[in-house]
Amino acid sequence: MTQRTRRGFLKLGAVLGPTFAALQPSVLFGQLQDAARALGRGVSAYGTRSPFETAVRMLRDSRHPEASSSRTPLQDLHGIITPSALHFERHHAGVPDIDPSKHRLLIHGLVARPIEFSLDDLKRLPTVSRIYSLECSGNSGALWQEAGASTAQSTHGLTSCSEWVGVPLSVLLQEVGVRPDATWLVAEGADASRLNRSLPLAKALDNTLVAFGQNGEALRPAQGYPLRLFVPGWEGNISVKWLRRIELVDQPYMTREETSKYTDLLPDGKARQFTFVMEAKSVITYPSGGQQLSSVGSHQLEGVAWSGRGRVDRVEISTNGGEDWQRAELQTPILPLAHTRFRFNWTWDGRETVLQSRCIDETGYTQPTRDALIAARGLQSGYHNNAIQSWKVAADGTVENVYV
Amino acid sequence: MSSRHDWTVLTTLLLTVVLVCVVTVQQPASQTFNVGQPVTPSAIADWGVNISPMGNGLPAGGATASEGRRIYQQRCARCHGNNGTEGPDSVLVGGDGSLTSGIARKTVGSYWPLATTLWDYINRAMPFDQPGVLTPDEVYGSVAYVLYLNGIIDESARMDATTVPEIQMPNRDGFVPDPRPDID
Repeated sequence: MTQRTRRGFLKLGAVLGPTFAALQPSVLFGQLQDAARALGRGVSAYGTRSPFETAVRMLRDSRHPEASSSRTPLQDLHGIITPSALHFERHHAGVPDIDPSKHRLLIHGLVARPIEFSLDDLKRLPTVSRIYSLECSGNSGALWQEAGASTAQSTHGLTSCSEWVGVPLSVLLQEVGVRPDATWLVAEGADASRLNRSLPLAKALDNTLVAFGQNGEALRPAQGYPLRLFVPGWEGNISVKWLRRIELVDQPYMTREETSKYTDLLPDGKARQFTFVMEAKSVITYPSGGQQLSSVGSHQLEGVAWSGRGRVDRVEISTNGGEDWQRAELQTPILPLAHTRFRFNWTWDGRETVLQSRCIDETGYTQPTRDALIAARGLQSGYHNNAIQSWKVAADGTVENVYV
Repeated sequence: MSSRHDWTVLTTLLLTVVLVCVVTVQQPASQTFNVGQPVTPSAIADWGVNISPMGNGLPAGGATASEGRRIYQQRCARCHGNNGTEGPDSVLVGGDGSLTSGIARKTVGSYWPLATTLWDYINRAMPFDQPGVLTPDEVYGSVAYVLYLNGIIDESARMDATTVPEIQMPNRDGFVPDPRPDID
């Protein structure tokens, strides 16, 4: 039993209180547990996970939980799909409860025919399904700072990956007839901040979706129910949730979210704007910060890698602080603009060392070191930290975040 | 006369060709499905506004900072402080010269490039717990007062659909395009 499972079990005990003793396996491992000698539960209308599974999102301590974030427990996931209930969140004015029968998407502005679409209308149009990851550009933001953060969830948990189902935005734009003078659009949400962002028309026509489905069911409210924009490979903020309106315009509208926020300040006082693409990145999730290796010998390193520019070409692992790099095995299928799981068999000799992964994407771009990022951008740019993550494994097997 | 006429015809023809090309490029011949409800301009007006940097969408009305003080104190000061510097939420005022200091203080005065953005954001999202409650005059007044607290306008300057887009924000030229990939 690893440290993390044991800790989860203790937490579970605290939650379940008196029933804990009843649930605790009372016979030797490998033999039948008490559960096999009593009738189990019947069928249920909407399933829940085992009470032994305790992975949860990590909430940020905030004065306003409605304008806050929660992080995906990457270290507890299997494969590439993030369960919808564990998809990271970043809201700006809370999660609205929207009646889908009353929800409309308006597309107007520089168009031949402004049109209001109901959910039923949208579902009459050609539907596509895409597995895409979504990353907040503030992910790993703490790693610009000296203090850093401690676990894979806290350092990298603002990325998640889902099957998204919806209509290509290009199909909707065909319906309204985009005028030749339109070059951008402004997407707006139906939350209490009516969050708005400008999106270049070329990206809208390329691979942007208007999504209503996520992982086999309707979008979760926290992911934009009943309708969201999904702009693959680009910073999460532009994938406007609770999408209510798209206005075709002839320039970016310089909204609050693309000027005062989500811009990257450089040492000379200038800030980069419209830094849309999420560049190639990876993180080892086992072993990762806060975990403990149970023993010397064979361990399967695991993690996720992704690139906003396309497919992951390869992931390389260093088990000696960056001196040597070896290829990790990639789980197939390797999808563009989606999480790619990697694994690497490693034999730990019991000595202190540093584990790292770096992602190289199909454009040839290589995930940079933290030093290279800081040399190029300073320490104040806040967003878009895709540095190589280093985990120090101590001689006692404990793992922590380090800068090397 | 006739040569000018020819030019007009020629230009029109050329423009038509260009337009047809652009439309063809942007909308490859493909099917439309004729779903959804066509909307009239008056119905669109009910959906609210996105404000452009040129001021498109700004409504009639206006207010000075003096007129905006009351609404700021009633609706904004609780979260942003009487002077816009105290918080506890976003600091709106000050931070001049801090962007290169290593400890940037990004405020409306030190960082925001346009006053139209301030109007758009207050109108759509403020006050945080009661968005949409402000009248256009109250939004103009709040904008004016925040700009006044930052020393960008006088107390008596009236903010309206004409003047808001003309405000020269201190960090107007503070933004550069994305050069990434920026690391070899």
